[in-house]
Amino acid sequence: MNILVCVKRVPAPGARINITSDGQQVDTAFLGFTVSPHEECAVEQAVQLIEKHGGDVTVLTLGPTEAEEQLRTAVSTGATKAVLVPIDTTDWDPQRTAQAIAKVIGELEATNGKYDLVLFGNESADSCGYQVGVRAALKLGRPIVNGAKGLDIENGVAVIRRESDAGVEIYKLKMPACVGVKEGINLPRYPTMKGRLASKKVEITQSTASGEIGGLKLITLKRPPERASNTKILGNGPEAASAVVDLLEELGVFK
Amino acid sequence: MTVLAVVEHDRGTITDASLGVLTAARNLAKQMGAKFEALTIGANADALSEVISKYGATTVHQAHNAMLTDFGPEAWGESIAQVVRKTSPQVVISSGTERGHEIIAQAAARLDLPAAMNCLEFDKDFNGTQPLKVVRARWGGSLMEETEIDAPIKLVTLANHIVEGAEEPTSSTIAVFEVDLDDSVKQTFVQDRVERVAGVTLATSPVVVSGGRGVGSAEAFAPLEELAGLLNGVVGCSRAVTNNGWRNHTDQVGQTGTRIAPDIYIACGISGAIQHWVGAMASKNILAINIDAQANIVTKAGYAVIGDLHVVVPAISAEIRKRHPK
Repeated sequence: MNILVCVKRVPAPGARINITSDGQQVDTAFLGFTVSPHEECAVEQAVQLIEKHGGDVTVLTLGPTEAEEQLRTAVSTGATKAVLVPIDTTDWDPQRTAQAIAKVIGELEATNGKYDLVLFGNESADSCGYQVGVRAALKLGRPIVNGAKGLDIENGVAVIRRESDAGVEIYKLKMPACVGVKEGINLPRYPTMKGRLASKKVEITQSTASGEIGGLKLITLKRPPERASNTKILGNGPEAASAVVDLLEELGVFK
Repeated sequence: MTVLAVVEHDRGTITDASLGVLTAARNLAKQMGAKFEALTIGANADALSEVISKYGATTVHQAHNAMLTDFGPEAWGESIAQVVRKTSPQVVISSGTERGHEIIAQAAARLDLPAAMNCLEFDKDFNGTQPLKVVRARWGGSLMEETEIDAPIKLVTLANHIVEGAEEPTSSTIAVFEVDLDDSVKQTFVQDRVERVAGVTLATSPVVVSGGRGVGSAEAFAPLEELAGLLNGVVGCSRAVTNNGWRNHTDQVGQTGTRIAPDIYIACGISGAIQHWVGAMASKNILAINIDAQANIVTKAGYAVIGDLHVVVPAISAEIRKRHPK
């Protein structure tokens, strides 16, 4: 089977996120970058599916040229092909992004045939828009279900498990289909030695991004108000146990 | 002018998040001098009109179609799109939940309109005629963004727990709307369900004892399990723990795990990176146990013990046994 996974390059923040002075971006001067977590799991799920059923996993990213790094990471963990759709900023708005991705997928499919599955992350870790996958799927004329915590192929049908307050919901989609994947669906593997070699050699296909600017306009990023905290140190080491239990009693934990 | 609240429900049971959405929609409508209307999807939600009238909607649109017996993101999104085309509201608002985000995204895609998810604030000067400025959550809430929605109809979701439901009863008019759904939306309905066994979960437990990288191994969680047991709580963990395969992802507290709000959160050997903090910050009290007094979680927590969790946690359990023998 043929699977395409859309991934996004995002900063890997530590304890604090800083903003550039113009308020337009996260200050990444001291940050590394990673594949957005839900999408990292989408790559792993796709790789597990082709290990079982055979086929190819293509990773696609719309982002700065540096996002080639994330494509190579995906190949080092089992993806077989990579497509970069370069843009000159770090982010496009969701409508524009979806339009560009759907167009590139259409072009790839014109030469390679249809992908059985197109996977997205449920939402990106940084902008949290919750909509690019849905918009792209509609443009491709394919069904999409988000929130997948399980994805298997049974009798040629994509079976999706999704958690809700009440339990687990099962969805069944005829392929070709799109799925929005959530972290927890699997535990992504680490790059293998073979994978690392493949990631160095893989040819990165470049496609051109095009899409009309959408109606969501970023004015400025802001830091949320800091939670005022004067940490009360209850003690050092095991001697603090008594003070801890005092606190737990005070909070009514034993009532 | 109209503000339309899309009411999230599960086979006729309204969600808590929807009550906040109804309240926020009513407040926004008042500010704009607009009508406040609501939409329920599926005949199994018709009875909710009674609840909705308590929140002040003057009209409740009831979207009907024989297909609408359970949740289906595409059919729900299409239903919203058709009601929006017919009623032309200025603002459409639903809940900042998995379903809420999904159906608003579906409706926005079908209407080719922008959508802003997880809104925290709406422009106080918005009167319905200009672009709508909102503040929305990014990075799971550790960063905010001021954004302008420039479109004739503004679609948004309201971040969870931002607005409390407050009643303001009125008598609502019911408007049944027959939705035209074709087979293209048929296959994304829920096909089957596995109900959860009732009990305390990570999301609802009043006490959570959580471990991070500092715990060191899967086996080393045993003392945390013991402490959680003594406090009738549950065990959670950070993303580092899940990534190491020490615990299942269902135990993960954080941006991509579970958001929790217990009475007390005991964070053992957790540094408190952004990803984790945004999942734990709603806790009423936080006790950090960490060898590093400068760890991010220690500086943010209300209470801290500086020391090795491997000796501190068993000492706390021993003290509890001494004072509260069972």
